[in-house]
Amino acid sequence: MTQKIAVAAEHTVKSFGQGKASVRALDDVSLEIQSGEFFTLLGPSGCGKTTLLRLIAGFEAPTSGRILLDGADVTELPPNRRPVNTVFQSYALFPHLTVAENVGFALKMQGRKKPEVDDTVARMLALVKMETFATRKTAQLSGGQQQRVALARALAPQPKVLLLDEPLSALDLKLRKEMQVELKRLQKETGITFVFVTHDQEEALTMSDRIGVMSAGKLQQVATPREIYTAPVNRFVASFIGETNFLPVTPTQGGARLGCGAVVAAAGEGPVLTIRPEQITVTPVDAVGAIPATVDAQVYFGTDTHCHLRLSDGERVTARIPSPAMGETGVGIGQRVGLVFAPHAARLIRE
Amino acid sequence: MSRAEDAMTRTATRNGWLLSTPALILLTLAAAGPLLIVLVYSFLEKGQYGNVEWAFSWDGWVGILFTRDIFDGTLGLADAHLTIFWRSVKLSLMTTAITFALGFPTAWFIATRPAAERGMWLFLITIPFWTNLLIRTFAINEVLRSEGLLNTVLISLGLIDAPLQIMYTDRAVLIGMAYVYLPLMVLPLYAAIERFDMRLLEAAYDLYASRMQVLRHVILPIVKPGIVAGSILVFVPSLGAYVTPRVLGGGKNMMIGNFIELQFGQGRNWPLGAALSMTLLVVVMVALLFYVRAANRGSNTNG
Repeated sequence: MTQKIAVAAEHTVKSFGQGKASVRALDDVSLEIQSGEFFTLLGPSGCGKTTLLRLIAGFEAPTSGRILLDGADVTELPPNRRPVNTVFQSYALFPHLTVAENVGFALKMQGRKKPEVDDTVARMLALVKMETFATRKTAQLSGGQQQRVALARALAPQPKVLLLDEPLSALDLKLRKEMQVELKRLQKETGITFVFVTHDQEEALTMSDRIGVMSAGKLQQVATPREIYTAPVNRFVASFIGETNFLPVTPTQGGARLGCGAVVAAAGEGPVLTIRPEQITVTPVDAVGAIPATVDAQVYFGTDTHCHLRLSDGERVTARIPSPAMGETGVGIGQRVGLVFAPHAARLIRE
Repeated sequence: MSRAEDAMTRTATRNGWLLSTPALILLTLAAAGPLLIVLVYSFLEKGQYGNVEWAFSWDGWVGILFTRDIFDGTLGLADAHLTIFWRSVKLSLMTTAITFALGFPTAWFIATRPAAERGMWLFLITIPFWTNLLIRTFAINEVLRSEGLLNTVLISLGLIDAPLQIMYTDRAVLIGMAYVYLPLMVLPLYAAIERFDMRLLEAAYDLYASRMQVLRHVILPIVKPGIVAGSILVFVPSLGAYVTPRVLGGGKNMMIGNFIELQFGQGRNWPLGAALSMTLLVVVMVALLFYVRAANRGSNTNG
């Protein structure tokens, strides 16, 4: 299936400040987002993800580079002339307007006729299940309700792209989970391209079609959640998403030699081997092909137990043992055990 | 309620009244008292050399709108008075409009400076209050008069040949009042704009509003309380202005304030002066009532 490109950033650079004090918030970022995609920009605060979103919305102009929407260069267009709407982190609902007037704001500004505005507002409020609140002022709403109104307001003019700037960060955990499902549903129903900014890796993994991981103003990796998790390209991506182990290795043919002398099969290239804790099995020390290790500590997490181990060369490794229905994991502190890496789980990465 | 509680409530109420008695007496004497005297004087007969004769008369109130013909004694509409009323209202409204037009951008500018700088700008705005009003008004006179600063500069630049006659016109009064009352507009506007959430601008801009639409549909409705407060603070004292029209308007371009003063001075018609004062009070109160109600209604339908 060939898909249209909804949003493209071409070699965009954004610097704030001047001269020596200038900071590069975005450092030569190029990105293509497909039409109808749920795309997430993921990274720690200050990584440039919000800046990139603001460039797409038009609140900031790039220092160099171009922004394209549906193939058209919009770099010079102000926000009110871009077919893009934003759901703000603070919601930014208009306090002097009712819920319905907030949702109809964009349509009114576009000069649509009143029956059309009323009709769209009613549909949008139904979409976010807020019909009964139409005549309320926004100050009388809870955080989750304000969130829904902000969503309806941004969706009402049927933008080509919806930008969401950490919209769930102000909600409590339970509401956030609900809204994650809700957002995914809305995206499916409307078919609008969503560009979602978050620092929450779980949010990114559960909702996105593709994720762009950012750090220090650069895009580190753009891939599906599964690829990002199982095949990170560098140490930053591997450590930012989920828990993982890093071991310094010497690459060999089709694998790598660990510091303790064991040779394991691993795909990829680079001086570091990464493997997720749940991909390591703890076996008796004399099991075939097992890497010998000593148990340092165990932490019980309910669904599983984190087992902190030390290899013979002193490198530390964490393994996850699924909690048995009855009793303990069967290993004790100080015990000598063997470690077996699941096939295809170990990867070599760049620093 | 038990009897003990009842007694305690009564004691508390009595103590409350006792404690507020000094303030109440002061308020009555200082505010209601003089007003009452003015009201009483407006129903008395005028004395030969000013002051009043203690006899009831409607003459003061009739004199607001009508004047007695000096030859046959018939009552006729007092055109001169109406002209003065109209000029007062017109100049006050225009002053309010001018101070808003100048004050809004000023207040916006101050409110959008970094927080540390704002105090300095507000301080600058209040500096004119340090000087006596009369002196400031004469300073404006120095700028506007035929050989004044403005005309000298314009002539030396070759922009005009003869000095502009600004002094002793309504225009001079307007310039003077706008200058004097501008801070009273800026301060409440600043207070309202400072509370304004600037993120709403981006939201409106993002939702296809043009700059003018953002101003009209988002900024103005939200800072309306500041606009209402500023307009009242400028309009009310403008309507009663005395020093500015006196110094800059000369004898001819009177406003109500000067007209009232005239009755207590050369006019030697204290009842008319008193009646005019009461009329001004009522007009201001009615105008305020209408204004505040209209402003509230506006926010309900828009909102």
